[in-house]
Amino acid sequence: MIAEAGLAALWLGAALAALQLGLALGLGGAGDRQLGAVRAVAVGQGALSLIAFAALVALFVRTDLSVLLVAENSHADKPWLYKFAGTWGNHEGSMLLWVTVLALAGAVVALFERRLEERTLGMSLAAQAALSLGFFAFLLAASNPFERFDPAPLAGRGLNPLLQDPGLAFHPPTLYLGYVGLSVAFSLAVGALVTREVGPALARAMRPWVLAAWILLTLGITAGSYWAYYELGWGGWWFWDPVENASLMPWLAATALLHSLNVLASRGGLRAWTMMLALIAFSMSMAGTFLVRSGILTSVHAFAVDPARGTFILVLLTLYIGAALTLFALRIATVREGAPFEIVSREGALVANNLLLSVILGIVFFGTLYPLIAEAVTGEKLSVGPPYFDAVASPLALGLGALMLIGPQLRWRRDSLPIFPRLAPGLVVALAVLVATILLAPTIGLLPRLGLAIGAGLVPASLMPLIGRSLRRTPLATWGMCVAHLGLAVAILGMASDSAFTREKLASAVPGERLEVGPWLVEFRSVVPLAGPNWTALEAELRASRGGGATVLKPQSRFFTEPPTTTNEAAIETDWNGQLYAVLGAQDAETGRWLVRLWWKPFVTLIWLGGMLIALGGTLALIGRAWRARATRRRFEEAEW
Amino acid sequence: MSATTRFLPLAVLLLFVGAVAWRLAVPRDDRVASKLEGQPVPLFALPAALPAKPGLASSDLARGQPRLVNIFASWCVPCIAEAPMLIELKRQGVPIDAIAIRDRPEAIAAFLTAHGDPFDRIGADRDSRVQIALGSSGVPETFVVDGAGIIRAQHIGPITVADVALLRRAWEAAR
Repeated sequence: MIAEAGLAALWLGAALAALQLGLALGLGGAGDRQLGAVRAVAVGQGALSLIAFAALVALFVRTDLSVLLVAENSHADKPWLYKFAGTWGNHEGSMLLWVTVLALAGAVVALFERRLEERTLGMSLAAQAALSLGFFAFLLAASNPFERFDPAPLAGRGLNPLLQDPGLAFHPPTLYLGYVGLSVAFSLAVGALVTREVGPALARAMRPWVLAAWILLTLGITAGSYWAYYELGWGGWWFWDPVENASLMPWLAATALLHSLNVLASRGGLRAWTMMLALIAFSMSMAGTFLVRSGILTSVHAFAVDPARGTFILVLLTLYIGAALTLFALRIATVREGAPFEIVSREGALVANNLLLSVILGIVFFGTLYPLIAEAVTGEKLSVGPPYFDAVASPLALGLGALMLIGPQLRWRRDSLPIFPRLAPGLVVALAVLVATILLAPTIGLLPRLGLAIGAGLVPASLMPLIGRSLRRTPLATWGMCVAHLGLAVAILGMASDSAFTREKLASAVPGERLEVGPWLVEFRSVVPLAGPNWTALEAELRASRGGGATVLKPQSRFFTEPPTTTNEAAIETDWNGQLYAVLGAQDAETGRWLVRLWWKPFVTLIWLGGMLIALGGTLALIGRAWRARATRRRFEEAEW
Repeated sequence: MSATTRFLPLAVLLLFVGAVAWRLAVPRDDRVASKLEGQPVPLFALPAALPAKPGLASSDLARGQPRLVNIFASWCVPCIAEAPMLIELKRQGVPIDAIAIRDRPEAIAAFLTAHGDPFDRIGADRDSRVQIALGSSGVPETFVVDGAGIIRAQHIGPITVADVALLRRAWEAAR
């Protein structure tokens, strides 16, 4: 019953999306009443897709094995949380989540957006309806999540054990909310290009969406990075895997968009560029999802590989992105440009920021696609990995960091006052750290060394905009900017420290042996078997000490029966100045020795702390902007009264 | 903004769509072609593994008729799994020779009694020397060698039901 209700809601939602598209397109220049109808239909569409998604969640939580999707991806013995998370741990469920968020975003725009010119809003709601209609059609035609399965099996096939982790419950939906949040920026840009109303009002309508999506992407990427770090047991935090790149590209575009939106909102400049980024950001989200879902690129994230589905989504995204970019190419010449500015100014720095982010985006984009293009053209099979991305993207990212030492201290339009006093704290700290690393750690590489210097310099530099102001009266958005920039400084310090100072030890050991890694002395004590709810494991006991006091680490090698898989559960000891990371590998059958892998990673936690700070900064800015918008509206209404 | 820059994003989109559409049309082939394909069989002469059957030398593989050469061992479990496929290929008229890796005559005889014997000749490679010269890294593996002694295909791992037709086609192509 639940499955049929869900399917019915899905069909009705699709019908309402078609209705919304037709109504909004037919709107033309017409009045309030029809826009009211579009708003109502958009809300109905959002509610129906939410009902469909809730139905699927209910089916997974109850483990209704008569539904094919549940039987294939869930298991009666699975812990409750993973039954719940299993809803989106598969192709159909995640596409349903995607459509649900898309429709809900449309509903929220329809309900709350009052500042935008009516015709632009109507066109934007038409674009949003076109987007969700396509994905509804995809679900109904090629990925029905509610298909029945007869006869129902007794147990179900289970969820990939790598995904049976609390992190999974929140990582994909967070990223999806971020991806799809950018759809609103896309739709608003399309609407504004149709009506040629590109201006500060549009930027202000777009900004909360981009900000919210960007916060969620930041959180999702940070969480995903930490998940890969502790779950895969490889001791790394970023692998340049195609799917990681698929989440990084929309983030880069959204970061650039966020900065150029500020220029558009407060100075009316960078119109064409901002519209371009708004289209690119969501295009990257769609392309990313497509690459993940179609199995086009080889990746640890590859799920179902199905050419028919791949073709369907490819046609959809070609239509959407192609139409939007064509509209852009045809219309942008007629969009008025905004106020001029000089190179040494806040705008100039933001343009430089945008260019650097876009170049990094381009590098990641071509690096990700290059194996495909190379094989298509020359027939040669190759892969592009960390050596390329690290070598090309890191210097540019450091350039971006160096720019951040300067940019936020500059004023709008032009800066003629002596600017050095404002730049001094950051530059002095950066230089001091650079000299200190040359003297104290002469052997580390150039990039980590520069990373340490720039990261350290950014700590005072990111707080400079707060200096000399009354902290209580400083707008929350400025606080947000400072906290986010500080977060990036902290993350850069963590990355640089990890790559400069990590110590690794790979040993084949028997219980009783002592191993040394960095400042730690680790005693390998024992290996004991262990049983969990749906796995059995071998657990090692390692006693680690440096100086006084000792701590016990218990890395596991876990065996899941449904489906049969082995995972390595790393044991991580977090200290104030870094993490000790231990992995238990296989036992050599002949010698009886165990493979033990240890890492000492100084200050590695700063990477994710930085990510959280960036998201916190975004949240502060979002709250600050919403607050201010409300205050302005209230003043406006009082004046009208 | 000039016309070229305005249409640049569209061009990038077309590039993306082209590359991806190509991948959808031409499914991924993860098989890495063996470097030995097109190379002559290295020179070797192996003694007979069983008293009742002749041994195998590289000259036996250049007598005008394409053949399969199966690398196997009696101690190899996947070799048991692929034994029925070799029998089937033999029944279809494909001549098959074999190289037994690090094995003893009595064990080989027992293996062939239990799982069938499709082989014309069996050479005994007691220290894996010929296996290494052939570029084979494990058991079982199957080579398709044409009438001039040139390696035409290398199949790594046990032959599955689906591989029978592939090997038969490779053998026919070598004629």
